[in-house]
Amino acid sequence: MSTPDPLPVDGDPKIGKYAHPVRLVTTAWLDEWLSDDRLVVVESDEDVLLYEIGHIPGSVKVDWHLDLNDPVTRDYVNPTAFADLMSRKGISRDTTVVIYGDKSNWWAAYALWVFTLFGHPDVRLLDGGRAKWVAEGREMTTETAPYARTEYPVVAREDGAIRAFKDDVLGHLGKPLVDVRSPGEYSGELLHMPDYPQEGAVRGGHIPGARSVPWARAAADDGTFRSRRELAEIYEGEAGLSVEDEVVAYCRIGERSSHTWFVLTNLLGYPNVRNYDGSWTEWGNAVRVPIEQGAGP
Amino acid sequence: MTAGSLPSALSDLVDDFAAVGPQDRLQLLLDLSRELPPVPEPYASDRDRMEPVPECQSPIFLAVAVSDDRRVHLYFDAPPEAPTTRGFAGILHEGLDGQSVDEVLAVPDDFYLRLGLAEAVSVLRLRGMAAMLARLKRQVRDQSGDGGRGATGR
Repeated sequence: MSTPDPLPVDGDPKIGKYAHPVRLVTTAWLDEWLSDDRLVVVESDEDVLLYEIGHIPGSVKVDWHLDLNDPVTRDYVNPTAFADLMSRKGISRDTTVVIYGDKSNWWAAYALWVFTLFGHPDVRLLDGGRAKWVAEGREMTTETAPYARTEYPVVAREDGAIRAFKDDVLGHLGKPLVDVRSPGEYSGELLHMPDYPQEGAVRGGHIPGARSVPWARAAADDGTFRSRRELAEIYEGEAGLSVEDEVVAYCRIGERSSHTWFVLTNLLGYPNVRNYDGSWTEWGNAVRVPIEQGAGP
Repeated sequence: MTAGSLPSALSDLVDDFAAVGPQDRLQLLLDLSRELPPVPEPYASDRDRMEPVPECQSPIFLAVAVSDDRRVHLYFDAPPEAPTTRGFAGILHEGLDGQSVDEVLAVPDDFYLRLGLAEAVSVLRLRGMAAMLARLKRQVRDQSGDGGRGATGR
């Protein structure tokens, strides 16, 4: 059986300026290819019921809490569970997967990062996510399309390239770190994200040397990513990063920082960016790790 | 079993959830989110009369009124794009609105564990409902003068 041709890269001029245009599509592109059977659209939201009140026709739901996390260990699902999830959702290894979600694709970016841990070859984000699709009056449905179960292969999860653990971060001190939480969490005034007190830590502050760049600065008001020029101004002009840097990004549980990981890796083209998913809920609770408080790195 | 300590309307809801599998529990939660009544006046035009619940992942406001006959009346306001939070509010509204002060204060703080929603929406998300219950019970205590009763143990 021959492998089908991949779906084309979005030719949109804004997307064309990013380092890896193959990782992002516009709502117009998705509308055009929506019925193509080489494509599966995945919705991944913070609110677990949003998919049920309406979703992009033909899309399937992947929930971060319930589908991508191991139910016991604080880790992602293992290769067998991931293969089973993909098979149940009708996704093959050569499927083009487009992920979208609520809140400027915050959770969608997290899902994309987990797909990347398993090396899924063609996975893209919908620029602007759910909000932009809805705002443009594009079709939504509550129908769940029937799709045939696939046989997704069991592939190893490759954590090394894009995932950092606590010991990796200890060895990384002195190299660039990006803290994507709110300024209050960064300085140590807050032990948790505003409005999320249940995911706190016993110590406040940030990892020494980390620059503060709240994740949402990468998103415009309509939830789309800022242009490449604007992103370069934020991450390079202000935060002083450059493309040859090894960078570790973190937040509270690793979800906001996967949005920043996506920006640095796929939009600005940094080849060595890792997401520290243990993030502040690990670092701020760990014994005798160094912590810096206040507004400076 | 300590289920006897729940008001009958809430106890019935717990039974409804317990009777079905995880996917149908999600559907039940969705139905409750749709049935949550719109917030009436004076709350609708004066948000400052309502208390925000920051523990929920989406914005929600609640208000409590205790009538002269010591019945509890509950009002919730949450946007349609937050269906899970609306569903939690719907459970509390359906199960507790119109009940007596004593019955509301006697509801165990962890009653939501009996709904079997942990596997349908995850434990992390459920904590929002615990916070809503704690806040509405505190308002009931404040308004009914039952400051020493039904303490949350914190």
